[in-house]
Amino acid sequence: MSNEQTSPDGQSAVTRRRLLLGVPLLGGAGICGVAFWKMLSGMQTGSFNPHDINAPATGRPVPDFTLPDQTPGTGFATADLKALTRPVLINFFASWCIPCIAEMEALLALQKQLPIWGVAYKDKPENAAGLLKHAGNPYTRIGSDREGRVAIDWGVSGVPESFLIAPGGMIVWHSAAGLDSPEVRDGLKNALKAVSG
Amino acid sequence: MFRLKAALLLVCLSAPVMAWAVDDPSEMLPDPKQERQAEAIGAQLRCLVCQNESIEDSSAGLARDLRKVVREHVARGESSQQVIDWMVARYGNFIRLSPPVTIATLLLWGMPVLALLIGIVSAIMIFHRRTAMPTPLTEAEQARLRELADDR
Repeated sequence: MSNEQTSPDGQSAVTRRRLLLGVPLLGGAGICGVAFWKMLSGMQTGSFNPHDINAPATGRPVPDFTLPDQTPGTGFATADLKALTRPVLINFFASWCIPCIAEMEALLALQKQLPIWGVAYKDKPENAAGLLKHAGNPYTRIGSDREGRVAIDWGVSGVPESFLIAPGGMIVWHSAAGLDSPEVRDGLKNALKAVSG
Repeated sequence: MFRLKAALLLVCLSAPVMAWAVDDPSEMLPDPKQERQAEAIGAQLRCLVCQNESIEDSSAGLARDLRKVVREHVARGESSQQVIDWMVARYGNFIRLSPPVTIATLLLWGMPVLALLIGIVSAIMIFHRRTAMPTPLTEAEQARLRELADDR
């Protein structure tokens, strides 16, 4: 204080100090603004989805479950996934779910790269079979989860949802969005590359 | 006719009140104490479909399933914390309507204290500036002061 009073340029030193005080405030506002802008642009390009639920599934073994048969495939259980020697994609779907039907084409294309096992979530067996007859069947095995209880153990909050399972039964990747989105497919491709070494 | 309209209006007005999510009394546990515990747990869990409602308030299919799971666990005699932990293990902390205090949520929880501190500091600074900011003496004034002091 006394320093400023004796300084011949006291007036401008005070102004400078007041300006400096505003810097952290402006900086904070700037950071918030940039973060908000990034979030909004991410929503537009699809890299950020506020509805995407980040279930803590990745990096843990598959839960204990048994799924009965759903025509035209055979059901499967935890042991089948633990006995895997190559990666498998687990895809929860339902005939009543429009995004699932939109995703089918992408699944049919993906089927050539890795086996896909389906889980008919809360679906009537005849409806699920009807969908696959109509849209094509990307699944090598299909289980039926009529009550949706197995889905809860997997942390599924809605269909479609997909999990990449590494040999040994480890969940290495998860998406709560459909594979018809290029971003989701890229994520899967990277995860698959990492698993295949 | 007027009576009919009035009755319809009454039904419309009371609709939000009637919108109980537990749409089937058979969902409820027979033991009222356990049912109260299950309701209290459900009120803390987020419906992942509607996202800003608790599973106890939501009529989404998944919310109904989760309510059922909660009641099964409660009927088995589990504590509320055990049931919530079971849910968090599957859906992550997002399922909890009030986020726990972690490194990631520290700013969120600290915001009221932080806002109060910022307010106090700026109030002190504004007050201080108003009272203790005499304009410094110019060279001429200082010379005159020295002159006056020397006169004595």
